[in-house]
Amino acid sequence: MAEKTIVEDIDRSLYDFRYDEDDAYKVDEGLTSAIVRQISEEKNDPEWMRDFRLASLEKYNQIPIPDWGPSIMGLNMNNIVTYVRPNTDRMHAKWDEVPDDIKNTFERLGIPQAERESLAGVGAQYDSELVYHNVKDEVAAQGVIYTDLESALHSEHADMIREHFMKLVPPTDHKFAALHGAVWSGGSFVYVPPGVSVEIPLQSYFRLNAPGAGQFEHTLIIVDKGAYLHFIEGCSAPKYNVANLHAGCVELFVGEDATLRYSTIENWSKNMYNLNTKRARVEKGGRVEWISGSFGSHVSYLYPMSILAGEGARAEFTSVTFAGAGQNLDTGTKVVHAAKNTSSYINTRSISKSGGISTFRSAVVVGENASGSKSAVSCESLMIDDISRSDTVPAMDIRTADCDVGHEAKIGRISDDTVFYLMSRGMSEEDARALIVSGFADNVGKELPLEYAVEMNNLIRLEMKGSIG
Amino acid sequence: MAEAILSVENLHAKVEEQEILHGVDLTVPAGETHVIMGPNGAGKSTLGSCIMGDPRYEKTSGKVLFCGEDITNDSTDKIAQKGMFLSFQNPVEVPGITLSNFIRSALERKEGRHIRVWDFKKQLEATMELLSMEPSYAERDLNVGFSGGEKKKAEILQLLMLKPSLAILDETDSGLDVDAVRTVSKGIEEYKRTVGGALLIITHSTRILDELDVDRTHVLVAGKITAEGDRSIIDEINADGFEKYL
Repeated sequence: MAEKTIVEDIDRSLYDFRYDEDDAYKVDEGLTSAIVRQISEEKNDPEWMRDFRLASLEKYNQIPIPDWGPSIMGLNMNNIVTYVRPNTDRMHAKWDEVPDDIKNTFERLGIPQAERESLAGVGAQYDSELVYHNVKDEVAAQGVIYTDLESALHSEHADMIREHFMKLVPPTDHKFAALHGAVWSGGSFVYVPPGVSVEIPLQSYFRLNAPGAGQFEHTLIIVDKGAYLHFIEGCSAPKYNVANLHAGCVELFVGEDATLRYSTIENWSKNMYNLNTKRARVEKGGRVEWISGSFGSHVSYLYPMSILAGEGARAEFTSVTFAGAGQNLDTGTKVVHAAKNTSSYINTRSISKSGGISTFRSAVVVGENASGSKSAVSCESLMIDDISRSDTVPAMDIRTADCDVGHEAKIGRISDDTVFYLMSRGMSEEDARALIVSGFADNVGKELPLEYAVEMNNLIRLEMKGSIG
Repeated sequence: MAEAILSVENLHAKVEEQEILHGVDLTVPAGETHVIMGPNGAGKSTLGSCIMGDPRYEKTSGKVLFCGEDITNDSTDKIAQKGMFLSFQNPVEVPGITLSNFIRSALERKEGRHIRVWDFKKQLEATMELLSMEPSYAERDLNVGFSGGEKKKAEILQLLMLKPSLAILDETDSGLDVDAVRTVSKGIEEYKRTVGGALLIITHSTRILDELDVDRTHVLVAGKITAEGDRSIIDEINADGFEKYL
């Protein structure tokens, strides 16, 4: 009479929809310097950017594929169309002007809803191009710049971009950072002037639509002294059989006494290779708060890094990773304490189910000059069944005696007591398990704006659906 | 005698190949208050869990009837929806849902209709006041960080809000101080008075019974009912312990 948990592919039909390709332009498959020049020309890059792309391509050809972590052998760069531009040739400031099929896709993802609810601005990305971009007047009136990175390259902010672009994540960092440097396309640029507090979160929505298309958006955010910003990035992609690659890059510059909260809910389709690189540099008294939910993709390598460069700088990292059937999600974070009295708090949860593999990898580095620093790492894993896997790989490199560093890890299963308790109040076994998993992921859920928390709980419910035999 | 709301017939149950219940017979007529007493390890909590359909226990023979319906192989959620309630000895902590939302969703499932937040809140507040519960507990995650006493009160709160036709109370008085026992007893009386449901009280002490009218007492020893009678059995056990039933 014991209830059995069986392996069953989850129903992702809600998220796996697409429209037929109708692309204005598409480059040949495979990556050569001719293609990179073509991309650069098409984008009307300034000269330095074209040279930057070509130098990155050289690095890309030199650097080997990573030999640690989940296998990415399913990825063949020769088959990946690196640049796909949807059939809309310029930025749209108004929702009404966005083409219908693109609009339908966004509508199914809830973008207009978010817009209605008065979030500050929407920079939604369709394939490799920003198609819809809108900054609310009140935010612009505060002097906040929120635009797509490509037009910013031709604006009065060009110098600021040149000064910061891929300085935190140089193309030499790893093979996919080099690839990104060569073919990056689309993405957001945000600048918050000193002392300005942006009351409403800015959000952007990324999405892939073309088979075999890579996505290489670049996000550059500069929060000046004493300013505050919450930026939300969310993504979902339709399902295809051709391997898809996401190698985006996020660079965050957090000024003195400034705070930047960067929230992400990722829900790539299950054929995606998500090799994203995110990094923040935090100056004296500043603070970065990463909130991260990873649900999709076939393989992920994702380790947002915080460099605590100024005295008293602080990093918080709160994440949940959910690996289901066929998924190998390698996620975690890295913190470098490079100044006195800096602190980092890492609180992660990972869930694995139906044979999914979830690995938590962290690295905490406390430099010689970082006396008085504190770091606390807490990671908890939940395994839903006997065939799933969860690993924890914490690394610490401590070079001063004057610091306080702690690590705790817990691995558990859904408690039969809790399921029985919830069912004794009339809840079905499926709902009881979904509730327990949502509760487990509550470290992230309670940090998200309500609509995102609801979306995340719906995702969990969807992932847990059909898990009861 | 009223019609039986619960009948347990020759129930055998085992866990991990070890038989714990060796043929239990028990009948509770609708609206009556019955007590199951017995020494530690007699299988009292197992009996309560088995009746409620805990999948960890395998029922090897015998039957459980609820309102005349055979529920021996029903799942716990179905049994709950039919109107049975089990108050846990150690209520578990469930982060991610507030006490208030949990009770409201349970109530909506039971009644099969949407319940207006305003009406619900009013009723919840009044019931919490009756149980001397701090109103802020309603918005806290279910049982998370509650003291032992608050957890037990939260169970009685759910009993009063969900209004089941049969409530099994498993060691509801254990670990409570005198005041808390009094409050919980008051809640149970309120349930008898307003809902009129049947009670099956599992206990190894008698404090909680002091202020309740007990219709019948069953003594469970080593997985079998070894004696039955009226309230006087409780007083005997109080005076002499379980020795004569062993």
